[in-house]
This record gives sequence, structure tokens and C-alpha cells, in this order.
Amino acid sequence: MNSQVVFQARGLSKVYRMGEVEVVALRSVDLDLLAGEFVVLLGPSGSGKSTLLNILGGLDTATSGHVKYSGKDLTVANDRELTAFRRDHVGFVFQFYNLIPSLTARENVAAVTEIASRPMRPEQALELVGMGKRLDHFPAQLSGGEQQRVAIARAIAKNPAVLLCDEPTGALDSITGIVVLEALERANRELGTTTVVITHNMVIAEMADRVIRLADGQIAGTECNETRKAPAELHW
Amino acid sequence: MRALDRKLLRDLWHMRGMAAAISLVLIGGISTFVMSRITYESLQATQARYYIDQRFADVFVNLVRAPESVAAQFAELPGVNQVETRVVAPLNLEIEGYDDPITGRIVSLPEVGVPRLNVPLLRRGRLPLARADDEIAVSEDFAAAHDLQPGDRIVAIIRGHRKRLDIVGIALSPEYMYAIPPGAMFPDYERYGILWMNRKALATAYDMDGAFNDVSFSLQRGASERDIIDRVDLVLKRYGGLGAYAREDQFSHRFITEELRGLETMATIFPVIFLGVAAFLLNVVVSRLVATEREQIGTLKAFGYSTRQVAAHYIKLVLAITACGLAAGVALGLWFAKGLSGIYQEFYSFPYLQFQLDPVVLLQAVAVTVLAALVGTVFAVQRAAALPPAEGMRPEPPPVYRATLLERIGLHQRLAEPSRMIVRHIARHPFKAGLTMLGIATACGILMMTNFQRDAIGWMVGVQYGLSSREDLTVTFTDPTPQRALYSLQDLEGVTHAEGFRTVPARLVYGHRSHRTSVNGIEPFGELQRVLDATLRPVVIPAAGVVLTEYLAHEILRIAPGDMLTIEVLEGSRPVLRVPVVGTTRQYLGVNAYMSREALNQLMREGPALSGARLAVDGARQVGLYADLRTMPRVAGTIVRETAIQQFNEMMEETILYFTFITALLGGFIAFGVVYNSARIALSERSRELASLRVLGFTRGEVAYILLGEIGLLTLLAIPLGFLFGTALSGYLALAFSSDLYRIPLIIAPATYALAAAIVLVSFALTSALIWRRLARLDLIEVLKTRE
Repeated sequence: MNSQVVFQARGLSKVYRMGEVEVVALRSVDLDLLAGEFVVLLGPSGSGKSTLLNILGGLDTATSGHVKYSGKDLTVANDRELTAFRRDHVGFVFQFYNLIPSLTARENVAAVTEIASRPMRPEQALELVGMGKRLDHFPAQLSGGEQQRVAIARAIAKNPAVLLCDEPTGALDSITGIVVLEALERANRELGTTTVVITHNMVIAEMADRVIRLADGQIAGTECNETRKAPAELHW
Repeated sequence: MRALDRKLLRDLWHMRGMAAAISLVLIGGISTFVMSRITYESLQATQARYYIDQRFADVFVNLVRAPESVAAQFAELPGVNQVETRVVAPLNLEIEGYDDPITGRIVSLPEVGVPRLNVPLLRRGRLPLARADDEIAVSEDFAAAHDLQPGDRIVAIIRGHRKRLDIVGIALSPEYMYAIPPGAMFPDYERYGILWMNRKALATAYDMDGAFNDVSFSLQRGASERDIIDRVDLVLKRYGGLGAYAREDQFSHRFITEELRGLETMATIFPVIFLGVAAFLLNVVVSRLVATEREQIGTLKAFGYSTRQVAAHYIKLVLAITACGLAAGVALGLWFAKGLSGIYQEFYSFPYLQFQLDPVVLLQAVAVTVLAALVGTVFAVQRAAALPPAEGMRPEPPPVYRATLLERIGLHQRLAEPSRMIVRHIARHPFKAGLTMLGIATACGILMMTNFQRDAIGWMVGVQYGLSSREDLTVTFTDPTPQRALYSLQDLEGVTHAEGFRTVPARLVYGHRSHRTSVNGIEPFGELQRVLDATLRPVVIPAAGVVLTEYLAHEILRIAPGDMLTIEVLEGSRPVLRVPVVGTTRQYLGVNAYMSREALNQLMREGPALSGARLAVDGARQVGLYADLRTMPRVAGTIVRETAIQQFNEMMEETILYFTFITALLGGFIAFGVVYNSARIALSERSRELASLRVLGFTRGEVAYILLGEIGLLTLLAIPLGFLFGTALSGYLALAFSSDLYRIPLIIAPATYALAAAIVLVSFALTSALIWRRLARLDLIEVLKTRE
């Protein structure tokens, strides 16, 4: 594992206005993510994990502070630059999969590979997450775990530098969740993709290189695991 | 095929119901447009070609009598191209087994060869042979009305002489496309016929040997009509010229042109309004449709699709829907146009129809539609894509609800929770609710506009024949006749009351404005013909001075009571009179000047002469009376009021009302399209909320109430708004239709309001039924599983 810094966040803050309420989601967060690293962001709901992930992935903008990706400042990037950043460098996995319901598994992946600069074949990506046999099924014909694996295939198919996963097992039972985590672990191991997984499930932290705890919009602590557990060894 | 294009096809199939409803709105707009434009342009092109083919003259003049030698002087006039002198005579006709009085006009054909101008177009048979003195051709409409064929015989009474004539041909002429008996307002093909006969035979019968009483001219390019008219009048002064007039004042042409102008107005206003409404609705529907795709837009953006790519995707989707509507609309419009122009062709007696559509006009319509769709799409995509994807993928934050004004003033105690939800939802989205209402209101307004004409026409007929012209029969004399003729009419069996009138053709002049019409001398206290004021009460004609039709005074001459009007009389010694205007009268059909008959006789320096008489008749003796009238040599024509009304209604039924029937149908499409789309999109937007309510134990009925109650409330609120809009549209239409031939009053019958409202409500009922079925398929599990 080399120790090149992929993401560097300094003084990152985010304030939301939800209707009439003002919510502070992040309070001056400093963070470095290293190439090839598997990081788990741990914290209760409302601790700011998703906000941090969204800002890192260029899905949302910070209220103040800076994020640098490979030396480029994302907080000053415009919409076109952020789009290009997402297209070429980031893969997303969401809690609720966000598959396009009118496209099959293969087509959902193809929708992304068609616009990426150096993608793998959709079939290959689906094979990698164990979905090689269900290429032509529509989301409605797949179980939650299967949908999430299609979503992971979609995220890794473009060969992204980072994989950002927001509660990827949140909607799944533990057995299915472990299958999904295996897919993520394999992508991290075989492709060397920097992977950030958000969860409030402490067990998952055991498979990470590094665990970052968030509470109340701030980093409450960071731990490094000496050895990463395989997903199959996890139970919850 | 790219993955996104596949998504497009599947999405299209998935939303086919909504796409169909959107297409319906478009079909309404586009097919009205195509139908009206094609009909109008085709008729106009046909008219132009027909005129050229039949060498329709440019200037016309009638006179008492001039020797043929005078014709040589016309040929000398600078600017004149061709000259055709003719003998034209009024006549009475008898057809076996038909009792109503038939009058007509018989026109001479040159003894040898084809007429130089106003060539009759032979439809069947042949024209009279040279020197045949009892052969005639008859107009096709008249022949059709009596089922006359070449080989049949009819009896004509010309100048009191009965003559048996052989029909050898059936013909049409641009000169008599709209053949209206003297003194009448509408064509009557059963009781008025046009005949053609050899010049010599006719001249003999009409005592016009070696003379003529009608001339037509065609002009050289660039010649001044006005100049030639003046010169012709000068030549004919000593021969009893009745004033030359240009083609634009030729009766048939004038009427057809005016009708075409009316059609043009319809072909412009209707489609523009329809298309405007359709485009507006398309815009609203499309932008709401795209707004419901917010999450998918967020996802696509998260994976690196640019806003432009996402917009392109939705533009393709919307264009696909629009293309369906356009194609179906154009096809339906073409089909309707075929039917409608066929009806007009028959009605105007065009021998053929030149089907025509300016592709530029069609392109404009397509451009307007597509642009409206694009603006709606791009705007909505922009709005959805402007959000950071993270926010786009989240469901919208709970909107800020407040207790509404209604509740704050305490009405809420009467409202149950679901009703409160409706009220608050509307109050929370006033713009959206406003657009929905506006959409339904415009559809309602269009429906009113299409039916308004029926009401207005009914009212016009009621005023014209119920309040103004109340006679049973009108008799016109061949020339001014002494008053004692009135007594002989009064003495006829079956006549209960008679009133004489004097009509003088004249050009009315005030300042630089002028208008050719007739001055009617009527009985000041007459019962059968009355002049009405603005409140439709009878006006007593003053002993001196002239009363003008409102439209003639205000719009054409711009003259006010108290001003002096110049009347250039176009018959007899053609005196020029100056008469004060003493009042105006409301009249929907035609424009005229009215005077007391005595005053008019005095101004004309003649004794108490009459041009005709109006009769009240005992219905039981009517048939015998017709026979008596036929034997009176001075009687040129008889018009039966009842048939006049019938003719008018038939004419309206055939033309305007067919048009309005189709537009009403298409208006119905639009109404349904709007209501259904509003409800369907509201369902997409709120399905999660409604499903949650179902999970909480609300019944399908209660959930339906919350959704449909809102649309229903908006529909109810939109109807009065639609009435206002419809009234404004109708008012505009009435204004645009005004001409000297008729003015359409802004009269809207309660039934028209009711029908428009009913169609909107039926649309709502249909929508409710369709939505009800959809509510059964709300996915309750999905709501429990997913976010929030």
C-alpha cells in the first residue's frame, strides 16, 4: 500500500437549511485519505458522515473549507469540472441503490461505462460482484442485495480512483450485507480502488484499514486496524 | 443502442397513458390549425384559379338601356382590356309540381362563340346552339334543387310573356356563386335560379333588340379602377347607368370574399388560440413531468452525466411524445380539412377544389409546439440539475406548511383532516395550483368560444326576423311603381296588411369616406319593417333626415347625428342629395340608410313611388296568393320570410357550425388532456405520501379524496375563470368578425356556459375513474422500505 494522499480536506464545514431549520452538518473537518486505503466512516445518524462523503465525491458543496483531490481544489470547481471529476474518478454506492428502474442490470452499468474514459465491460464488472448470471434482469426482478451488487458493479465499472459507499448494507440483512461487502473488498483488493464506506454498524469497521469516527459533525477519533478481517468473518 | 436511449423507450412505454393525454392536447391544437389553414388556403387558391379560368370581370355596370353602338366607346377607354355587353333580365319561373314563387335572372350569351368575360363553366350538356331561341343553360344549384336535367323543360315569364324553354346544359359561373334574390340576404337555390340564353332570343323577349343593359370589363394591368368607373359612368349617364362598380363590390364576389375573410379570421384566431393553449399546457405538463424525475436526474449526475446530457435525454423524451401528437394532429387535421373544404366547395359552388397548404405555415405550427415543449423541458431539467446531486437524490425536504387563511379565520373547525390537507396543499403550491386552474380555465374558455357563435347567430336571426323584418312576404317591383300598386296588393285574397317601401341604390359619402349601399324609404310607423335602437326598441323614423346603421355611421363613415351626409343616388337622374343624419339604428345584418318613404320620394323628386311592399299574409291562403303574384307583371320577386330564416339556418348549419362542431370536439380533447395530466402528475408527485397514508390505515376512498378532491376543487374554481376567459375570447371573435355584411353580437346563452362546464366536469369524472384504478396499485411496501 503506498501512502499517496488522494483526498485532503481542511476546515470543511457545511450548513443546511431544511425549510426553516438550519442544520450544521460538518464543523471544520480535517481529513486525509490515502491511495488504495479501505476506510470506514463510523458514526450515529446525523453525525455528518453522508455530508462528508457527498462533498468528497463532488455531489455537494461545502459551506466553507477546502477539499483537494490529487492536488486539485474541488471546492472551487464549477459544475462542469465536478461532473468530469465524478465521471472519471469516483464511483458511488448508495444505501437505496439508485438503479434506473427502466434499465436491466447490464444496461444500468452500461449507462455509466458509455461515458467513462477507461471502463471495463459491464459484464466483467457484474461478474466481479457475482452478478454475471443475472445480466438481463430489471431492478424490480432483483433482491435488495442483488440490486446493491449491481450498483457496486456500476460504480467500479469505470475503474474509479475512489469508491464512495453510503450505508451500502443499510437496507440489507446481514447475510446479504456480507455478500455485498465481499464485492467491495474484492474491488478494493483487486483494483486498488480507494474505498470509503459509511456505516453506523461497528462490526464493519473490522474490515477497514482505518476507522474514522464522526460525532456531531466533527471527527471524534481515528483508529488503524493491524489486520483487516475478511467480510466472511464478520457477524451482526 | 445506448443505455439511456433504451431507458427512453421503456420510460415512454411506461408513461404511455400520460403521453397519450399530452398528445391529445397537441392533437387538439395542431389539427384545428391544419384544418383551418388548409380549408382557407385551398378555398382562396380555388377562388383565384376559378376567376382566371372563367375570365371573371373586373368592373361591372347595369343600366336601363343603351344601343349596341355605345359599346365601341368602351373599347376606346384607356386601361380597358375586354368589354362584354349583355342583356340581363329578371324573370319568374314555373316548375311543375312546385308551388312556391320562383324568380330568377336570365343572362345573355353571345350568339356565336364563347363570352369574352364571365364565361359559364359547363358542367353537363351543352350551351344553347347558335340561333336557338328556346334553349337555355341553368345554374347547377338551381338544377340540383329541382332535379332538372338537360332535356327537361321549364316555363319562364319574361316581361309578362310566358315562354317554354328547353334545358340543354347545366353550368356554373363565378358571377353567381352566391346567387341571392333581390331584397333577400341569403341564397335560395330552390326559389331563385340563374339561366343563360342566346342574346338574340333574350333581347327579343325582353325588348332589348340591338341594345344592352349590362356591361362587364376586364382591365389592363396597372389600370386605375376608379378612373375607369368614372369614365364608364360618364358614358352611360344618358343611358340610365346605375353606377359602375368594381369586382370588390360585385355581390357574389363580395359575399364569398367576406365569407372567406370570416373563415380566415377563424383560421387565424382559432388555431392560434388552440395552439397557444396547447403549447402552454404542453409546457406546464412537461416541466412537471421532468420535475418528478428529480431523483433519476440526481443519480445520472452523480455518475458523471453532464447537465447537457441529462437535458438532451429528457428533450428526446419530450420530443418523442410531441412528435406523436404532431403526427396524429396533422393527420387528423388533413382529414377534417378534406371534409370541411368539401362542404365549403359545395356551398360556394366551386367546380373543383385546389387542395393547398403553405408548408411554411405548417412549419410555424410545429416550431411553436416544439419550442413550447423544449422550453418546458429545459427549464425543468435546469432546475432539477441545478441542485447538487446529493440533494437531488434525496426526496424534497418537507415543504413548509402553514395554517391557511381559511383556518386562521376559524373555518377549520368545519374541515376534517383530509379536507385540511387539500386546502393546505393548494395554499402551499399556489403557483402550481394556479397553473392547473389556468389550464382548465383555458380549455373551458375554448369550449365556450366554439359554441358562442351558435348563440350569437340565433340571437341575430331572432332580432332580424322577430323584431325588425316581421313581414311574411316581400314583393319587389321591376321598377319604381306608383302607390296604387300597394292597394292592389292589399286587395289580394289572403293579404291582411301591406306596407310599401322605396329602395334607392346610392353611394353614401362623408368626408373622404364612402360606402355603396341602399337608402330605404320605409313607413315611419310601420308594423312590418321597423328600425331598432341600441336597446332593440323600435325607433320612429323622423319626417326629415336619415337614420344609419350603427356600424355604417361609426365604423365606415365615421359620421355622427347632426352631421350632413351626401347621398349620391345611383339610379334615375342620379341626383346628389345632402341630408342630415338624425340617428343610428342597431342592425346585425347588412348596413343601410333609412328615411321616411315620403321624404325619400320628395328628395328623389318623384310622386309616391314604391320599389316593393311587405305583406302580412293569412297562412292558409298563401299558395293561392303566390299564383296571383306571379301574374302581376311588375312583380320581380317574392321572398318568403319563413324560408329565408330556414335558408339562413341551413347555411350556418353547413358552414360555421360544422367548423365549430369540430373545434368543440377538439376543445374537448384539450379539456380532458389538461385535467387528466394535472391529476396524473399530482399522483406521481404525491404517490409516496398517499401510500404512506394507506399504510396508516386510510382507505382507498379517503386517499382518492385527498388527491382528486384537490383537482376537483381546482376544476370547480377554474370553471368561472374559464367563463371569463371564454367571454373575452368570444368578444374578441365577435369584434374580428364584424363587417358591413354582418356584426356578431356578444350573446352567450346559458346552455353554452353549461356545455363548457359539463365537458370539463365529464373530463374530471373520466380522470377520476382512471386515477381510481391507479390508486389501487399504490405500492405500500416500497414506502415502508425506502428512505425518509
